[in-house]
Amino acid sequence: MNVFFHFGRYFILIRRAFGKPEKFSVYRNRIFEEMNILGIGSLGIVAIISVFIGAVITIQSAFNFENPLVPIYAVGVAVRDSMILEFSPAIISLILAGKIGSSIASEIGTMRITEQIDALEIMGINSASYLIQPKIVACVVFSPVLVIFSMFLGIFGGYVFGVMTGVVTNYEYIYGITYNFRPYNVVYALIKSGVFAFIIASVPAYHGYYTSGGSLEVGRSSTKGVVYSSVLILTFDLILTQLLLA
Amino acid sequence: MIQINNISKSFAGRSVLKDVSFTFQTGKVNIIIGGSGSGKTVLIRSMVGLNEVDSGEVLYDGRNFYELNFNGKKEIRKEIGMLFQGGALFDSKTVEENVVFPLSMFTDLSESEKRDRANFCLQRVNLLNANHLFPSELSGGMKKRVAIARAIAVEPKYLFCDEPNSGLDPKTSIVIDNLIKEITEEYGITTIVITHDMNSVIEIGDHILFIYEGAKWWEGNKKEILKTDNKEIQDFVYATKFMKDLRTKF
Repeated sequence: MNVFFHFGRYFILIRRAFGKPEKFSVYRNRIFEEMNILGIGSLGIVAIISVFIGAVITIQSAFNFENPLVPIYAVGVAVRDSMILEFSPAIISLILAGKIGSSIASEIGTMRITEQIDALEIMGINSASYLIQPKIVACVVFSPVLVIFSMFLGIFGGYVFGVMTGVVTNYEYIYGITYNFRPYNVVYALIKSGVFAFIIASVPAYHGYYTSGGSLEVGRSSTKGVVYSSVLILTFDLILTQLLLA
Repeated sequence: MIQINNISKSFAGRSVLKDVSFTFQTGKVNIIIGGSGSGKTVLIRSMVGLNEVDSGEVLYDGRNFYELNFNGKKEIRKEIGMLFQGGALFDSKTVEENVVFPLSMFTDLSESEKRDRANFCLQRVNLLNANHLFPSELSGGMKKRVAIARAIAVEPKYLFCDEPNSGLDPKTSIVIDNLIKEITEEYGITTIVITHDMNSVIEIGDHILFIYEGAKWWEGNKKEILKTDNKEIQDFVYATKFMKDLRTKF
């Protein structure tokens, strides 16, 4: 029953969040602010993780492809497909669920317990729409940018470390990443990232919005937001993969 | 004028408000007093719709708040200014941005007009040179003053103040009390103040409602409250030894 209660309340909140904005210009500015905070602010961590993961996949693949029957350019193929199909859309989303999700849940949760949300309501402002809608829109719009950025840097990191350590040559790696390339894989990754971005923004926002109590409850809401959004990302990863690739 | 008729509210089967009726007068400071947990905050939260009532009606100049649809309630809320206990200022905005915020949401004023209005309101609450400070950089009294400035920025018809003096020293309390009184008279608004502070009651209270265990126990003015023989009110008003001694002397 508890699950149904939360599902129902979540969908009611999302419907309220997508209610008509009080003033479009204010909401537009809020979306840009959120893009800056949630999107631009995540570029650094996405860049670092993508470069290193690309490098690690390159070295691990080369280590596992010692069989002379497997061509060495398969390293490039492995890095490209790992980054595009799974790492950039799913693993980066899980990392962002931790970074952005906890930030959203604690920000909205703190606003709830310090009566800032009540203050918005008293002013006649739809607090769900004002606080949550710009975050969801910013995340969904900016997520493809982060994913493409991550794909590029992961593949680039693999190239730099692969060539530097000598596990693969410049020519073999480039040949590998272009070999039998399917643009649909990028489309698949972008669809996944959009769905994950919606989860990353909306689930922690839900937990933050319904926080009651004090600072301890804000921490709990933040944890719940991250845990539930991570579980949902993994669930939808499986569902979307089955739907889009099978 | 705000009229509440037979308001009742309970949480998880526990009755918090019992059939409360009262008329809050326009241009006056209407004070709600009562012990901790008596239902004062629930009453004003119910009046503005932050807690739905179980039964009863709230009439804002004849408009029944609970019979209005979502947009109708929003229109009434635009006429309400509220001063929360902790100020409820937006942490991510500066003092000026906090005051400008309702103007940005509900008016078509230009940026300079909004800033002028914000500065006027901040001057009105005697808060100068604090425009670019964030709430975390303000004292308790300053936060309350910013919250009042934000509340009056859109010229409300109704002002609700939830314990405006809590956590303030006596001198700052008097400043805030006088500010509330002056603004009420200047703009002719209906002001409702919840307080525990008898100084505030005596200083600014025009019309007083005493709530006891969720029920309306007494109403009157500040002279009458000092003379009443009602035991519960005497226990509240003369709770301290100082007040008891004062009563004996006079």
